[in-house]
Amino acid sequence: MEIFKATNVVKRFAHHLALDRVSIAVPRGSIYGLLGPNGAGKTTLLRIINQITAPDDGELFFKGHKLLPANIFNIGYLPEERGLYKKMKVGEQAIYLAQLKGLPKKEAIKGLRFWFEKFEIISWWNRKVEELSKGMQQKLQFVVTILHKPDLLIFDEPFSGFDPINVDLLKNEIITLKEEGATIIFSTHNMESVEELCDHIALIDNGIKLVEGEINNIQKEYKSNIYQVGFQGDEDKVRTLLNDRFEILSITKKDDHLLARIKILDHTPTNDLLNALIPKVSILSLNEELPGMRDIFIGIVKEAKKKV
Amino acid sequence: MKKILIIIAREYITRVRKRSFIIMSIIGPLLFAAMMIIPAWLAQVEDTDIKRIAVVDSSYLFQNVIPETEYLKFDYLGNVSLSSLKENFSDLGYFGILFIAPVVTYDPNAVILYSDKQPNLATRMHISKYLEEYIRDEKLKTYNIENLDEILKSVKTQINVRTIKLTPGGIEKESNTGIMMAVGYVSGFLMYMFLLFLGTQVMRGVMEEKTSRIVEIIISSVKPFQLMMGKIVGIAFVGLTQLLIWIVSTFILVSVAQTLFFPEFRLTPTEQVISQDVMSASPVEDQPMDTSQEIEELKSALGTLKNIDFLVMIGSFLFYFLGGYFLYASLFAAVGSAVDSETDTQQFVFPILIPLILGLIVLVNAINNPGSSVAYWFSIIPLTSPVVMMARIPFGVPIPEVVLSAFLLILFFLASTWLAGKIYRTGILMYGKKITYKELWKWLKY
Repeated sequence: MEIFKATNVVKRFAHHLALDRVSIAVPRGSIYGLLGPNGAGKTTLLRIINQITAPDDGELFFKGHKLLPANIFNIGYLPEERGLYKKMKVGEQAIYLAQLKGLPKKEAIKGLRFWFEKFEIISWWNRKVEELSKGMQQKLQFVVTILHKPDLLIFDEPFSGFDPINVDLLKNEIITLKEEGATIIFSTHNMESVEELCDHIALIDNGIKLVEGEINNIQKEYKSNIYQVGFQGDEDKVRTLLNDRFEILSITKKDDHLLARIKILDHTPTNDLLNALIPKVSILSLNEELPGMRDIFIGIVKEAKKKV
Repeated sequence: MKKILIIIAREYITRVRKRSFIIMSIIGPLLFAAMMIIPAWLAQVEDTDIKRIAVVDSSYLFQNVIPETEYLKFDYLGNVSLSSLKENFSDLGYFGILFIAPVVTYDPNAVILYSDKQPNLATRMHISKYLEEYIRDEKLKTYNIENLDEILKSVKTQINVRTIKLTPGGIEKESNTGIMMAVGYVSGFLMYMFLLFLGTQVMRGVMEEKTSRIVEIIISSVKPFQLMMGKIVGIAFVGLTQLLIWIVSTFILVSVAQTLFFPEFRLTPTEQVISQDVMSASPVEDQPMDTSQEIEELKSALGTLKNIDFLVMIGSFLFYFLGGYFLYASLFAAVGSAVDSETDTQQFVFPILIPLILGLIVLVNAINNPGSSVAYWFSIIPLTSPVVMMARIPFGVPIPEVVLSAFLLILFFLASTWLAGKIYRTGILMYGKKITYKELWKWLKY
C-alpha cells in the first residue's frame, strides 16, 4: 500500500520539459530515495508533491485519495535551498513556522522544547537566528519540518552542511521516525547514505524516470556476476584454470592470502567455480560483489544518454 | 484564512517592534510639532522686541507721520548728520535709521532704512504705508478741494474679500483658499510619502524572504499568494499605526506646547497652525491689519476649517491610501520577487516611481488650480489619483468624479494584485537568472 502515488506527471517550463510522464509509488513506511543528476527534475517533483507548483498533467494521490491542499498538514518538507529569517528570534520563528503548518501555539511550544533539548539548542531560544552556526540552523530547520508529526516527510539533501557527528545524529532520527511509522522521501547525491537508509529508490534523469523499485532488487538486477575469492596457493594455477566459463579480472595480494575477482559467464552456478578451484588451492572466502548504488547510478544514467 | 492572519501578525509585530519604527514614531511628531510651533513662537518672540528707529528727516516734512505701535517706536531727529549717526550706530541702541530725503514726493526710492539687522516685512510695510498715505493726502491738498478731509473719509473703503463656495444643494460654504491648499498639500504629500515608504518596505520584505531562502519552507505551508497578501496587509497596518501615532502624539505635543508658550491662544492646534501657514504663505497679508480686519480674517479661516468636512477628508484619505497602497505594494512585491539583489531592482523600480513622482509634481499644480484639466485627469488615472485627488478633496470634488476615480483605482489594484501574484509565485523560486521584461511576461502565462 503506497502512501503517495504520482501517475504520468508532466511539468513543462518555457524552454524544457522538466518532468515527462513520471510515475512513482512510495510505499507506506519506507525510506524512498529519489535520485538523479543535477537538473534531472527531482526538486520539481518534490515541489509538486508539496503543492508548491502544480503539474501540467498527471494525477497525484495521497493515502489512496486525490492529493488535497489540506494534505500539507500531513507532509513535512525540508527543501534543499533553505533558510530562516535572520533577524527573528529562534523560538519565535520556530513557533511561527509550526503555526503555519497548523499546530496550535501551545502544542508547538511543547514540541519545540522537547526537540530543542534533544538537539541541545534550547539555550538559543531567545537568540537571533543570525547568531546561530550553520549546523544549528540546519537542526532548527529539521525540527521545524518534523514537529507537526507528518505522515510523509520529504528531505532534500538533508545532510548538506552538517559535520559527521550531526549527520549520524540526523540519520538516527530519520530511522527512528521511520520506526514510528512515518514514510520518508529522501533526495540526495550521497550514494552511501542511500545504501545505508533507503529501502526503495527511483532514479530520474532529464525528466524521465529510469528505474524504480526495492533497492535490493535493483542491486540484484544490476549485479555483474563478479565474485571475490580469497585463497591461499599458487596464483598461476588459478590463472590456468581459466576456461571460457570464468574470467579473472584481477588477483591481488592481501596480507597472507590472495584475492581474486572472478566474473562468471553464462549463468554458471557458483558451485562450478568452487568445484574447479577446490582441488588446486585452499579457499578462505567467497563473496558476491553487489554493485554499489554509485555504480548503478552512473551506469543507468550513461546508458540512458547513449539511447538519446 | 487563519494562516494569512498568522502571517499578517508576524509582519506587523516584527516591524512595530523594530528600533527604526519606534524612532520614527518619536521623531515624526516632534518634527511635525516643531514645524507648527517654531514659526509661531518665532513670530511671537519677534513681536515682543521693542524696535526704536531714528528718523532723519532733513525737510521736517514728515514729523510724527508714522504712528507708533506697541513694538515699533520712532524718534524724529530732524535734520541731523546721517553719517555721524551711522558711525555711532552701535552706541545709540537704535534698531535702525530711517532716512527720508525731501525728494521722496517724486522719487519712490528716496526712503532708506539702515540697520545692522534684517528688518522684517511688517516693519517695512508699516513705514511705506503711512508715508504713502501722507504724501498722497498732501498732494491732494495742493488741488485746494473743499472739504477734502470729509471727502477723503467718505471715499475710504475697506474691502475684505470673503470667498463663499456654492454647493449644488444650494448651501453656501465659507471657504479660505489658503487653508484648503495647506490641507490638500499636507494630505497629498503624506500620501506620497506613505506609498513610497511602505511600498519599498514590502519590496525589501519579499527580497529578504527570497534571498534568505526561507520562502520555500513557508510556501510548503501556505500558498504564495497568501504569503504575499499577508505581507502587504501586515505592512499596511504598520503604516496605519504609524499614522495614528503621529496624529495623536502631534496633537498632544502641540497642545502641551501651546499651553506652555501661548496661553493666550484659544485656538485648537490645527487651527493655529493653519492660520500660521496662511500668514507665511502669502506675505502680502503680513502687513498689520486693522483689528477688525484681522478678526474678519480669522473668522473666515475658522469658518473654512469648520467647513472642511474632516470625516470626508479622513475617509477619503483612508480609501485612497488603501487603494493606492495595494496598487503600489503589489507592484513592489512583484519586483522584490523577481530580483536576486537590491542592485537589480533599479530597472524595475524606476517605472513604478515615475507615476508616483509625477503625482507629486501635479499635486502642486492641483492645490493651486484644483479644477484644471491636468488636476482632473491625474486625479482620475489610478496610479496618480491617490496623491492628486487628496489635493482636490478639500476644495470639493463632484461626486461622479470621485466615483469614477475610486472605481478605476479599485479596478487597477485588483488587476495589479492579480498580476503581481502571478509574477511573485514564479519569481520567488527563481534564482540566479537575469530577469528581463520579456521573462516577466512569460511568467504571467505560466
